[in-house]
Amino acid sequence: MAEATITASGVGKRFRLHHKRATSLKERLLLHRQASSEEFWALRDVDLEIGDGLTVGLIGPNGSGKSTLLKVLSGILAPTTGTVAVRGRVASLLELGAGFNGELTGRENVYLNAAILGLSRKQTARQFDDIVAFSELEPFIDNQVKHYSSGQYVRLGFAVAVHVDPDILLVDEVLAVGDESFQRKCLTKIAEFQERGCTILFVTHALDLVPRICGRAVVLDHGRVLHDGDPVEATERLRTLLGTAADQSGGGAVLGADRPRFARIRLFDPTTGVHKGHFSTGEPLAVDFDVAAPAGSPPVSVRLAVTGPADVPLWVMDSDPLTFGPDGIATVRFTVKELPPVKGIFAFAAALRDPGTKVTYDARRFPEAFLAAGDTATGIVDVAWNAEQVETPGEEERDRAAGDRRRSEL
Amino acid sequence: MAQMQSAADARAAAQTRVRLELLAELVRKDLKVKYKNSALGFVWSLANPLLYLAVFTLVFSVFLDNGISWFGVLFMSGLLVWSFFNLATLSATGAVVGNANLVRKVRFPRIVLPLSSVGFAGVHFVLQLLVFLVFLVPIYPQAFGPQLWLAVPALAVAVTFTMALSLLTAALNVRYRDVEHLLEIALLAWFWLTPIVYRVALVQEQFSKAPWLFKVYMANPMTAVVVAMQRAIYRFPVSTKDGRVVQVLPADGYAFYLRWLGVAAVVSVVLLGVGLWTFRRLQADFAEEL
Repeated sequence: MAEATITASGVGKRFRLHHKRATSLKERLLLHRQASSEEFWALRDVDLEIGDGLTVGLIGPNGSGKSTLLKVLSGILAPTTGTVAVRGRVASLLELGAGFNGELTGRENVYLNAAILGLSRKQTARQFDDIVAFSELEPFIDNQVKHYSSGQYVRLGFAVAVHVDPDILLVDEVLAVGDESFQRKCLTKIAEFQERGCTILFVTHALDLVPRICGRAVVLDHGRVLHDGDPVEATERLRTLLGTAADQSGGGAVLGADRPRFARIRLFDPTTGVHKGHFSTGEPLAVDFDVAAPAGSPPVSVRLAVTGPADVPLWVMDSDPLTFGPDGIATVRFTVKELPPVKGIFAFAAALRDPGTKVTYDARRFPEAFLAAGDTATGIVDVAWNAEQVETPGEEERDRAAGDRRRSEL
Repeated sequence: MAQMQSAADARAAAQTRVRLELLAELVRKDLKVKYKNSALGFVWSLANPLLYLAVFTLVFSVFLDNGISWFGVLFMSGLLVWSFFNLATLSATGAVVGNANLVRKVRFPRIVLPLSSVGFAGVHFVLQLLVFLVFLVPIYPQAFGPQLWLAVPALAVAVTFTMALSLLTAALNVRYRDVEHLLEIALLAWFWLTPIVYRVALVQEQFSKAPWLFKVYMANPMTAVVVAMQRAIYRFPVSTKDGRVVQVLPADGYAFYLRWLGVAAVVSVVLLGVGLWTFRRLQADFAEEL
């Protein structure tokens, strides 16, 4: 199959803000010359290509054009300038259950919604049981949708949408709904999509999700692409933009433009060199820090602390003093050969400091740097253990054990 | 190259099939929603034409005594196809605006929205027509003759014309919501300008001094459709009632009807082109205008 891609080149979208909008012929005639409207560019010069099975997070402040971009990419809105070229089957989830009819039953709505999303009746019939099972609405599937709770409504909508089986999935902030167990289910489904090589672009305000799920993140601000690349860096840039960057000057860092500072951070799998935010315990992990230092800076080294669940620092790594090239940039790579058997969401606390005086020039905290998952379902530690059924001890043996217990009680 | 062509053809065919299925699904939805929780269900859709039949027969056959035998049959022959046209265009005009939530949030071929309204009206029409024909079997068996085939081209023209107008008004209504109101008024006038409650031969007689006016009158595609339906079901151009002889339809042969259906077909196809072009041009902005 041909690679599925969406390519946006030079896309701009202009909205007219009508102070008084002509929605009738009379108004149209009266307002003919003096139509008062203001132009507003929701998107400007957006060049973006998504495809190759990568999951891309689209983040940005409110009103930065995320939803507009999603609508343009999915073909609901026509761009004012530029072009959008689409290859492959695209499904967009801008609103779950859009087009549900309250008078119809859940079953009827599944067929209707699936048809709107491009499935034939036969295809829907084949997937019907899966859809219902995923939505966990078996007992209510023949009730009218108007009697559903909003959570049930959304669950059914998501269940239909994810069974459309697209090459590219565009998701607006729909994952924010539903209870925790359903959200987990959605994330599992997304992981499944990822495994199948489906490209996903999703808008979210849950920044902690981005480095965990996405291989790439795009930051949009005032309709322009501010950043397109590493997700950890993207969330950091957005946090800076929003003024919520954690610990910007933490650790008593020496401020000033001419101080050495962190320029870039990149988290990846050292065996493949590909960005990753989602690891398994026991896997290797590598992280690169680019450090920029003005000429004549004092010597610096990097200290990286990895903090695990419950904010417990798990281990700390120190680099040797860095040597800077003529461009004033040095890169240090920390490699962990095997992640410890601890599961959870890990944070990085990185500090740039003078190895001698311990003066900190720059300190950054990346609260949701990566996630490590293990084999066991619960608990935070992956321990090699075994449970087996053994022969029940005979009476004699039990008596002896009882005797032992009695003795130990004494 | 040929392979690529056939792959493209297959894709286009698959796409068309998916669209038709979506269309069917939307029609099914409309029917379900309309008749859910109603004990009589579809029977209600017969109430409207029956009421018309009773009132118009009383007024035109009894009070005004137009001298037409079997006036009810003549009236219903034209009324049912007119009701289809009326219901289809009115509901199609509001179809895009009425599904604003869907249009703003989901990508799908917008054209299925007005077309599903036409389909919805079409299902009603077919059922009403069947009920009407069943009633005719015992009371008016003369309807079942070879002339009934005239209904086929007449209905083909009716469907084409209805789709054409529906696409045009549905698209325009997104920008100018008065299209809906204008159409409602226009349909009222249009109903009386179409020979449904009176005989078309009367118009021909009145315009005998200026035959070109009759031609203008006949150029209305719905007139050609209604007159052809009357010829197909009512069958006899001349009626005799209580010794009075009345010319109901203009001609005995089929040439007159086929000629005007031909004109209506040309008008419909041209309008369909205009409707499709307009709809395609405007649909890119639907999500924004709603």
